Amino acid sequence: MDDTSRQIRFTLNGRPVTARVESHLDLVDLLRRFDLFGARESCGQGLCGCCTVLVDGVAVSGCLTLAQLVDGRSVTTVESLDEGGALSPVQQAFIDEGAFQCGFCTPGFVMMTHELLKENPDPDEAAIRDYLAGNLCRCAAYPEIIRAVQTAATRMKTAQAA
Amino acid sequence: MNVMRPMPAGQVGRSVPRLEAREKVTGRADYVHNLVVPGMLYTKVFRSTVPHGRIVSIDTSAAEAVEGVYRVVTGEDIRKVVPEPYYGPAFHDQPVLALDKVRHVGEPVAVVLAEDPYVAAEAVQLITAEYEELEPVFDEVEAVTSRAVVHEVLKPAGTFPDLKHLVGRRDTNVALDYQLRRGDVDAAFAAADRVFEHEFRTQQTMHTPLEPMVSLAIPGHESLTIHTASQSPSFVRIEIARLLGWPENRVRVVVPHLGGGFGAKLYIKLEALVACLALLVRRPVKLSLTMEEQFYTISKHASTFRIRSSVKDGKITGRRCEVFWNGGAYADIGPRVTQKSGFTAPGPYDIDNVSIDSYALYTNRPPAGALRGFGIPQLVWAYESHTDLIARELEIDPVEFRRNNILREGREQATGTAMKDAAIEAVLEDIVARMDWSKPFDRGTGPLRRGRGIAIGFKASISPTTSVAIVNVYGDGSSSLYLSTVDMGQGSDTAMAQIVGETLGIETENVKVIHPDTDVTPYDMATLGSRSTFHMGNAVKLAAQHARDQLDALARSLGLPPGTNYGPKDLFKKKYGMQAGNIVGVGSYIPDYKSPDPATGLSDNVTPFWMIGGTGVEIEVDTETGHVRILRMVNAVDCGRPLNPKIVETQLSGAALMQLGFTLFENMEYDNGQVTNASFADYKIPGIHDLPARIENDIVEAEQKSGPYGAKGVGESATFGVSPAIANAIHDAVGVRLTEMPLTPEAVFRAIRAQKG
Ligand code: FES
Ligand code: FES
Repeated sequence: MDDTSRQIRFTLNGRPVTARVESHLDLVDLLRRFDLFGARESCGQGLCGCCTVLVDGVAVSGCLTLAQLVDGRSVTTVESLDEGGALSPVQQAFIDEGAFQCGFCTPGFVMMTHELLKENPDPDEAAIRDYLAGNLCRCAAYPEIIRAVQTAATRMKTAQAA
Repeated sequence: MNVMRPMPAGQVGRSVPRLEAREKVTGRADYVHNLVVPGMLYTKVFRSTVPHGRIVSIDTSAAEAVEGVYRVVTGEDIRKVVPEPYYGPAFHDQPVLALDKVRHVGEPVAVVLAEDPYVAAEAVQLITAEYEELEPVFDEVEAVTSRAVVHEVLKPAGTFPDLKHLVGRRDTNVALDYQLRRGDVDAAFAAADRVFEHEFRTQQTMHTPLEPMVSLAIPGHESLTIHTASQSPSFVRIEIARLLGWPENRVRVVVPHLGGGFGAKLYIKLEALVACLALLVRRPVKLSLTMEEQFYTISKHASTFRIRSSVKDGKITGRRCEVFWNGGAYADIGPRVTQKSGFTAPGPYDIDNVSIDSYALYTNRPPAGALRGFGIPQLVWAYESHTDLIARELEIDPVEFRRNNILREGREQATGTAMKDAAIEAVLEDIVARMDWSKPFDRGTGPLRRGRGIAIGFKASISPTTSVAIVNVYGDGSSSLYLSTVDMGQGSDTAMAQIVGETLGIETENVKVIHPDTDVTPYDMATLGSRSTFHMGNAVKLAAQHARDQLDALARSLGLPPGTNYGPKDLFKKKYGMQAGNIVGVGSYIPDYKSPDPATGLSDNVTPFWMIGGTGVEIEVDTETGHVRILRMVNAVDCGRPLNPKIVETQLSGAALMQLGFTLFENMEYDNGQVTNASFADYKIPGIHDLPARIENDIVEAEQKSGPYGAKGVGESATFGVSPAIANAIHDAVGVRLTEMPLTPEAVFRAIRAQKG
């Protein structure tokens, strides 16, 4: 294969990093080189949400994002959420409501829930379903996921009010 | 004396959060998916494009010429490592890579190895193969008489005595013909008031675990380590050792968390291939399937079920069942599905005269194996649709008709095994009560018609199977549990730790569960068929009791009076003068079992326990589009005493929702043997919008007396009733009967149109 690799610089979970990246490499595989496995490829077609990460604050499917395109941008993964050692309120709510079984889809749901609650701190069930419709869970922990989002929303509002 | 009870019991029955919860929500849980080892080669599989054919030639030269390709391997190369490279749990029929013949589209024919997975993927496209095409057979009923023969000769594995009679049988697609005969069915039919006969069909579907199947083999010095997303590490080790002609102890199988399994990752899948490749090239080799490739690897049996019943005075007096299982090109565990599920085909009803014929068929489709329910959902679909149709014809309320015929505690099931700790009635009555069945029901208006339906089913546990567990208590009193049960999301780690906690009187959260590693963890038959809670649960309890007994003995030997408040830590200290030592408790469990008489299929002890599940639904049908909306779903099960009620509830809704997908839309579609929708773009699985507006899950009050702390398995039970409950509700709403799954809007709409003429 021709050498299509290029040096890129980007911000990864708040830290500046560089990497040598081939043109065909996708963002999930790039993150694996940094030992970050929370975003993971499942369908590989932008249909399941297992590979959800934020690029410049926007949720994208890592499996459909070419790694070279994050040059100069900021990438945030699920691993950023507990960097201080404490779980985020969304993560804690997922545990308390038992909102997963195998856990393979969980980082994607957790990331999307953070985005949802940023945009809409008080979503009703319909809004939750609409926002998370792009994420699949084959274990079908959907009832618990909806409850977890509601619990996280309530706790975050209470924390804000205090 | 009870030195081990510093904590009150009460570990069992508590909704302990999953032990690995934190790893999972932070994205840090270990999956084989993540694993990379130094020197590792990636692989990509070249697959057959024809459903049935002789391999004339394979040209790998262009692929080999691609820069970065390490090697290309075909079936003949595999023979250098394993001269007889055929594997499988029931039949040794599946070649590691195709030899001589291909039997389904997607069958692995060659493999490219490269350091860069993208190079392997590019090079694999340059391989070409020529086939002499043979006539294929795809339908399970046609396969019985078809001229097309998938395997020239049957090769049962020899591990199962009841498959012995098949050895060497030629020119047939019938991989197993199981039969059961009880009473006199013909006489019952002759004496009946009415006889009813129907045929029901189910479609082929796929498990689609979100972590696609993946295995990694690392060759060592006269040894081999396989990291694999497998539900059956012990079986993988035994089967790989058999293929290589090695003793078991040279093969090590390691399994971390699984990103879902549902039966897809059972027995042996990619492991034989990576093992052979690693030994061939003397480097670690990893094979990760894509979502698409999973559809070519394993699936759920399509089936045809002909069911005929005689009724006299409102009682079912006789039932004949003929079930055809579409096993695809390789047997996998299909013959066990055919038999072990086959004998429950008459349903949870008290019927004196029963005849069952259950056939495992080879066809030229991708193989079918176990999928959450092991054939039971296909059977319940048929017998509970049939039950409803009979009740309608006789103008008896379907619940009343079930009550009249239900298999009560102590009565014999078709095999002759008496029902014990099987709360069938309680499950039915629970659903009936919660649905307010006797109250008037809003039937909708205009184009939106409402209906409701109920269905119940049951399953026997696969038997006889063994589990072994080890509990290790360390010098500071902390402990670990060693077991080869695989936690693929069902929560077994947590439930098993609860059993240790309860037995030793310690907090569940303080028990560490050591994941399967056959160098370290003892034998377990496999994580399948909802067997772990009962079998492994009993083994774990025995292991913990064994540890407790030794601690009690240690206390006695140290001269401590009974009832003394010494914890294990203090005992070790007193004994060794410092923090040192271990107590190792071992537990091994195999239930009693009597194999069925080969001629009649009868046995008075065919299963150690029964699983019961049922579902009721209220639905709305849009008569203008055929669209079915589930307004309410009520699931109830008998799982004995739940070890962890919250995890059980998640299992119930998870199972029911998975079956909802199989019922309403999931379907592997074909064009001349080629799956045409092997991707989430075209093969839809349930998403969050498919969740019914209301879903309720209930665990009925029950106890499995032979189970650990009264518990038994539950992972599949809530799948049983879903499909027929929905079909029954559609009939109730709009008066049409669908006999073929999936119940798509198109199928419903067509049936409504046909009814209108
Ligand atoms: S793997 Fe990227 S969306 Fe499914
Ligand atoms: S928890 Fe298994 S896929 Fe969602």
